[in-house]
Amino acid sequence: MPDVSRGSGTEARRAVMALCAAATGAELAGALAGLGTPEAEDIRAPEVGLVMATGRIGGDGRPFNLGEVTVTRAAVRLADGRTGFAYHLGRDRRRARHAAILDALWQGEADRRGVEAALGAVARRAADEAAAQARRTAATRVDFLTLARGED
Amino acid sequence: MYVAVKGGEAAIDNAHRLLAEVRRGDPAVPELTVAQIREQMALLVDRVMAEGSLNDPDLAALALKQARGDVVEAVFLVRAFRTTLPRFGASVPLDTGRMTLSRRISATFKDLPGGQVLGPTFDYTHRLVDFALAAEGAPEPAAEAEPREDAAATPRVTDLLGRDGLIEPSPPDDGSPLGDITREPVDFPCDRATRLQALARGDEGFILALGYATQRGYGRTHPFVGEVRVGTVAVEFVPEELGFPVPLGAVQATECQMVNQFHGSRTVPPQFTRGYGLVFGQSERKAMAMALVDRALRAGELGEPLASPAQDQEFVLAHCDSLQATGFVEHLKLPHYVDFQAELELVRRMRAEFEDRREVAE
Repeated sequence: MPDVSRGSGTEARRAVMALCAAATGAELAGALAGLGTPEAEDIRAPEVGLVMATGRIGGDGRPFNLGEVTVTRAAVRLADGRTGFAYHLGRDRRRARHAAILDALWQGEADRRGVEAALGAVARRAADEAAAQARRTAATRVDFLTLARGED
Repeated sequence: MYVAVKGGEAAIDNAHRLLAEVRRGDPAVPELTVAQIREQMALLVDRVMAEGSLNDPDLAALALKQARGDVVEAVFLVRAFRTTLPRFGASVPLDTGRMTLSRRISATFKDLPGGQVLGPTFDYTHRLVDFALAAEGAPEPAAEAEPREDAAATPRVTDLLGRDGLIEPSPPDDGSPLGDITREPVDFPCDRATRLQALARGDEGFILALGYATQRGYGRTHPFVGEVRVGTVAVEFVPEELGFPVPLGAVQATECQMVNQFHGSRTVPPQFTRGYGLVFGQSERKAMAMALVDRALRAGELGEPLASPAQDQEFVLAHCDSLQATGFVEHLKLPHYVDFQAELELVRRMRAEFEDRREVAE
């Protein structure tokens, strides 16, 4: 899970987008409520569509089409003209719209820290889950021993 | 030939009402929820996503509920659903080297950098029916351990062999446009990327049988499992209006790197060759079988004799899709009355002519 990197560049914006993508609908609604649920108009109504997920031959070679994923996208404009976008796996239009509003808010200097703080709980929950998952996986790490065949 | 028929509307409506009731089963038994199917029939959901060629666990679970658990019918529903949606574009290629691993095993090296982890596997179980599962009850919590320091970096086994030139490199990304079998019909012979798209959505049973056939001598490739990894991998997409890769979330996937018999010539030193498998969800069987068939389909490219079905790309690609296969087989049950009448007339006429000839001979 990427850290919210406390910057203003594309990488920082991507980190916030990744957090929104990892958040549940309820978490995003909660984060937005904590920021006063700002008004926003749709530039494009939330829409469900497809993205063709591609892999690479051998993991690192020429791309090939693995199969599609459902994606919901939203684009909003705040009263002050800031625009925000969201693209999420799945078909939850409301969640994508909330993420687009958070993306728009984050682009204003004054709201940036507030958005990152509102998503702090999501970051902690995601990090805790990832750590627990890593610990459960680590318990199944195996050290195979090769036994002599005893042929001679 | 199928000829359109009219009538039967009431019977069809009633058949569908009956289907809905039978689908529900005994009303005294609690109804399944989509979340229950998604969580507790996860590998079935994975199969529907892989063969439906659409990663959406809730949708696949719902399709399974609607299809009464029939995989091919559920695949049909998922494929039909996708045709109603616009395509936003193609993702940034998934970086399976940066997968968050839940399982990783190798049959070629016991000491892999990053280690081997078994994860949630049926391997090494005794395959005894566990009657305790017939009763409700929470399982014992999973064991936990501190991840070792080296677990953060898990290079692919093929990368390790590649460093010494012992294995052929992956075909390079030359930036040429990618064909898409969902958009245009396949022309044979087709390239490896097209074949992998078809195999990734191909019927698990069919691909498994072909892979098995190669092991039994019908297109032998001397395979070793270099690595199987299962985990979640981030999906990124570059929207036109943003111009940078947007993280969409993560999907579960299974990857198999098959290391196969070596190959060399006067100009190229002997080196191992490769087969590759990648599927949505957790399905080692499918990923491994796909890698076997991918390698077998490279026979022509590698100058191997072509003698087996698994090496014949038209045979494999034209028949690996469960939906196409079921469509053509099951259409036989639709009314063929006019066609069959014509055949009946023909047989009657031939029989009459046969009788006439016999009478003349006598």
